[in-house]
Amino acid sequence: MALLDVCGISDWVKEDGFNAERASVDKVNHFNFAAQTPELAVPVGVDPAEFLRPLVDSEEGVDGVKINLEHGTTTLAFKFQHGVMVAVDSRASAGSYVSTQMFKKVIEINPFLLGTMSGSAADCVYWERVLAKECRIYKLRNKERISVSAASKLLANMVVNYRGMGLSMGTMICGWDKKGPGLYYVDDNGLRLCGNMFSTGSGNTYAYGVMDSGYRYDLSVPEAYDLAQRAIFHATHRDAYSGGTVNMYHMRETGWIKVSQEDVGDLYHRFFNEKK
Amino acid sequence: MAMSYDRAITVFSPDGHLFQVDYAQEAVKKGSTAVGVRGKNVVVLGVEKKIVAKLQEDRTVRKICSLDDNVFMAFAGLTADARIIVNRARVECQSHRLTVEDPATVEYITRYISSIKQRYTQSNGRRPFGISSLIVGFDFDGTPHLYQTDPSGTYHAWKANAIGRSAKTVREFLEKNYKEDMESDTDTIKLAIRALLEVVQSGGKNIELAIMKRDESMKMLAQEEIEEYVTAIETEKQKKT
Repeated sequence: MALLDVCGISDWVKEDGFNAERASVDKVNHFNFAAQTPELAVPVGVDPAEFLRPLVDSEEGVDGVKINLEHGTTTLAFKFQHGVMVAVDSRASAGSYVSTQMFKKVIEINPFLLGTMSGSAADCVYWERVLAKECRIYKLRNKERISVSAASKLLANMVVNYRGMGLSMGTMICGWDKKGPGLYYVDDNGLRLCGNMFSTGSGNTYAYGVMDSGYRYDLSVPEAYDLAQRAIFHATHRDAYSGGTVNMYHMRETGWIKVSQEDVGDLYHRFFNEKK
Repeated sequence: MAMSYDRAITVFSPDGHLFQVDYAQEAVKKGSTAVGVRGKNVVVLGVEKKIVAKLQEDRTVRKICSLDDNVFMAFAGLTADARIIVNRARVECQSHRLTVEDPATVEYITRYISSIKQRYTQSNGRRPFGISSLIVGFDFDGTPHLYQTDPSGTYHAWKANAIGRSAKTVREFLEKNYKEDMESDTDTIKLAIRALLEVVQSGGKNIELAIMKRDESMKMLAQEEIEEYVTAIETEKQKKT
């Protein structure tokens, strides 16, 4: 209608009058993997990205208020001949304040699927729990576990709807399904990559350095455990925003096992004593 | 007082019937016969071709539609309703491939079609779809399947089944002659043709047949191939009598 166009309202108000009946019968439902979860309501007429930009990007903020979206973490995962190794640190920070040293950055979705978290803790925990819910529903509906590629696709589709609205999430979905070991990187822009080795977070460059110099596809299991642990440890040693303990998981054909949870202080003494 | 309970679809009758759904099933019984057989390595769908007018191009009447590379279906009932269902199912197959990165299983797409049909039995101002369908195909892991859906939105897996006009006769024939896990593709195809010949007038030229072998795409048999099978069947019958 002309008046609606002039006011600019018709951009975000859907003219449903004529189609209302059709909508109720043909509504998008979970059957077609509805990506638009109705859980987060975004106010009409406000563009969240524009609203947030002065608060986050500019030096002075708005009226002296600046939202500090800092996220410190190191997480890594790599595929090798015996499955997938997953290792994460456990420090949660808010700016330069360490909130906790014992944060669980790996979510156990089911015995054959793990998700790591880096970025904003709240975003990661929330969205990965929604993913876990979707995976459970998939298993009930289809009587078989969801594949790793489908699970990562669901997560990517969920967050892409909130692109530009300030989500901060870098996650790796690791699992073992009918096609073998699977490893996908998914981030808050909806980017989804399949790969053999990923590391995310503020300490990822340090972890990549150690991983790349020691990685071979045909590592033995103890060698892989050692490499993953070392990579996280060295990242926590140099990156101020990573630390706490190194939590390590091994994804095998029979499911994942939690390999170890070691404090980085103890690891420091172990590694540096080796040199002597 | 049946009259007052069959106007609106959303009203149950005192004895628990949804009359509109029952009437939809009557519409299905008026449609031309379709038969489906599941063998070990091949799945077959056959339909009775309607006699077309002299000036009509008979290639435009297609009762067997492929939904994806690994699934295809035949229906009995209102052709226009079937077009809608087939369209939605095709979109859903691609949507599944996009989201899950794997082809949809036959059961998944059957469940989707059934849920559409059920939604239209529970909604104001709409009538149920007047079709039953036979959905066949192979899953990603190679298992063959045959499912039948009906206007009420229920679905069942079958080894062999028939829908449409004279479905009962055809099903009885199938029950007598079906053998478990037929290894030979030819036997499976012959069974479908023999079942259709029971009810189709004037033999092979009124039969349309589609087969799918594991890891291959759907193949519509040409008229000559069908005639070959029919001749082979006739010779076997002669030998027996």
